[in-house]
Amino acid sequence: MKSSNAPRRLVALIGSVAAVMCSAACSVGSLGTGDQADGDTTITYLVFNEPSTVKASNALIAAFEKDNPRVKVKLDTMPTGSDGDNVVKTRLSTGEMSDVFSYNSGSLLQAIRPDQYLVSLSDQSWVKDLDKSYLPAVSTAKGLYGAPTGGTTPGGVVYNKAVYAKLGLKIPKTWDQFRANNMLIKKSGIATPVEQTFGDAWTAQLVILADFANIAAAAPQWAADYTANKARNVDQPALAAWQHLRQLHDDGLLNKDFASATYDKGVQAVATGKAAHYPMLAGVIDAVRQNHPQYLKDIGMFAMPTATGTESHLTLFLPSGRYIPKTSTGAKLDAAKKFVAFTQTAKGCDLLVQSGSYGPFVNRLCEVPADAPAAIKELQIYVAAGNTGPALESVSPIKGPDLPQLAVEVGSGIRTADSGAKLYDQNVKQQAQQLGLPGW
Amino acid sequence: MTSRSARSRYPLWFLLPGGGLLVLLFVVPTATSFYFSLTRWTLFDSTFIGLENYVTFFQDPQLFGSFVHTLVYAVITSVGKVVAGLALAILLNGRIIARGYLRAVVFFPVLVSAVGVGITFKVLFDPFDGLINRALGVVGVDGPGWLTNPDLALASVAMVDIWKGVGVSTLIFMAGLVAIPRDYYESAHIDGGTDWQLFRFITLPLVGPATMTVVILNVISGLRSFELIWTMTGGGPGFTSDVLASVIYKKYQAGLYGLSTAGNVVMFVVVAAITIPLYRWFRRREVAQ
Repeated sequence: MKSSNAPRRLVALIGSVAAVMCSAACSVGSLGTGDQADGDTTITYLVFNEPSTVKASNALIAAFEKDNPRVKVKLDTMPTGSDGDNVVKTRLSTGEMSDVFSYNSGSLLQAIRPDQYLVSLSDQSWVKDLDKSYLPAVSTAKGLYGAPTGGTTPGGVVYNKAVYAKLGLKIPKTWDQFRANNMLIKKSGIATPVEQTFGDAWTAQLVILADFANIAAAAPQWAADYTANKARNVDQPALAAWQHLRQLHDDGLLNKDFASATYDKGVQAVATGKAAHYPMLAGVIDAVRQNHPQYLKDIGMFAMPTATGTESHLTLFLPSGRYIPKTSTGAKLDAAKKFVAFTQTAKGCDLLVQSGSYGPFVNRLCEVPADAPAAIKELQIYVAAGNTGPALESVSPIKGPDLPQLAVEVGSGIRTADSGAKLYDQNVKQQAQQLGLPGW
Repeated sequence: MTSRSARSRYPLWFLLPGGGLLVLLFVVPTATSFYFSLTRWTLFDSTFIGLENYVTFFQDPQLFGSFVHTLVYAVITSVGKVVAGLALAILLNGRIIARGYLRAVVFFPVLVSAVGVGITFKVLFDPFDGLINRALGVVGVDGPGWLTNPDLALASVAMVDIWKGVGVSTLIFMAGLVAIPRDYYESAHIDGGTDWQLFRFITLPLVGPATMTVVILNVISGLRSFELIWTMTGGGPGFTSDVLASVIYKKYQAGLYGLSTAGNVVMFVVVAAITIPLYRWFRRREVAQ
């Protein structure tokens, strides 16, 4: 009799283990569903959890709900970076994705299989308002899947105007002119010619990434060839950027704490004039506006000087997209499409500008605000002349994950430009194979 | 019923819950990870590609470099902890002032979170604003870039690892020292042995089992080390202080899942290949004694 009791207890134990596992796994299911009250539709909207994004999203939702009283939008958030990537991939593959979500365009979008998981938005009326340069970043051969979430982010060289005025320097267009300016600055001793901040490894990539508009201007086919395994970093025109990165170090132009300095230090150095140049994204300008407003007038920006030709081109990092997963259906799908369309109206643009986005924009209904910092307006010269181009990661699905570390090694003089470019090509191959691209 | 209970103390079903959990949580994942290391997989699907991931792993100079760094790191930290641990154990077993307090102090770093220690030392090691180089500056020494010099970064992290982990080694050595009978020292003393001879011919051989325990524990933890390296250098500058665990982590982050699974299998094999023979040898010696 003693033993007959025990199997029952065993069953109870297995049952309770199953219950615990279910309560962990099954609870995820409740994330996707919203409350429904007679006739009203509730949709969920997933964004990254940065405070500025959440604030802008809440303003957007409030304005949308005011115009569409029958639709309620509930905001969900996810962590940024690779944790966010995993959230998006997991929720798409388990069918738990929010009705609308914001996520990167370009190479990261390709990694989440848009054809399989997202609703095509090619037929939406707002598509005609988008700039052509943005379309490849949110499209596959089968359709267009995303609407831009904001303005583009230019990448190039942020410079200190006071240093330039003091030495009577002109804005360089070619790499040789840039080098000559740097040598003059070095000789004068009034500022560090070039600030680098390898304490944040991602910042080391800018000399390479921001050169891409120059490469594309000289070789328009390069991105397509690169994706098809026909163009490499070890060959020109791509190799030039790696050589430049190494040359900045070998010429002795860098701040002496380049190996440990962080992004914030870089922003401060170029704002105060301690450094003359900082190869970076235009985000520096907004960081100066917030943290060192008294120096905002001293900040300017130009495109990465080119090694080919006489005119430099500004590289634009394209905005993320808003996407609708295939799991949104019926009334929710209609509401989701309505919400996405709302973000692309003139009203949506106003909200974008109010939330601190300056552009240049990829929706023609949006205009750079009159009170944008001078440095942003300066960049409009490139836009007006048509001398801009999207970043490589917006037009090719492959970006090798080791680029920050390789750029740090080449930029610190640990590794030669050739060797860095060669290792990066190997890294790119791993990524292309992982994505299952043809030709690799 | 009676014959079965005579053979084994517990009926078979008694083993089921433990066995089931073991299979579900350990055997199945280990087997599947061996399989997935032979594929290129995403969260959506997988393609079988044979040994290609392993070929890539051993051809990629960064991956192979991390393999070498891992061994170097394991050796430096193990040797460091044996030498420092034994020295501290002899000191702390001696008659010194505030012995209890000092014993506690040596052990405290073990209790602190490795991530906390890593972040703290990253600040202390800052080449310009860090306390260590500021202090060196006061006495006129120009301190190096502890974590930013590619030749020094791995060694600097290893030093912190030794400091953080030496408490456990010291504890094991102290127990080993106490177990050595006093008579040996007394008779050697009467025979006119010097302090050095006492240490070399009595302490060192008889503290052998403790030494082996310390070595095995530290080799395993050295091969698996991640938190300190990740928080202090992130494997940098570049790849100069990358170890297996940090490279595998980065490959997972980058979505190269097949490659990182292969890396995990390599790590599993390396840890097993080094520690199982060490353990066997240790057991045999113990039996012999």
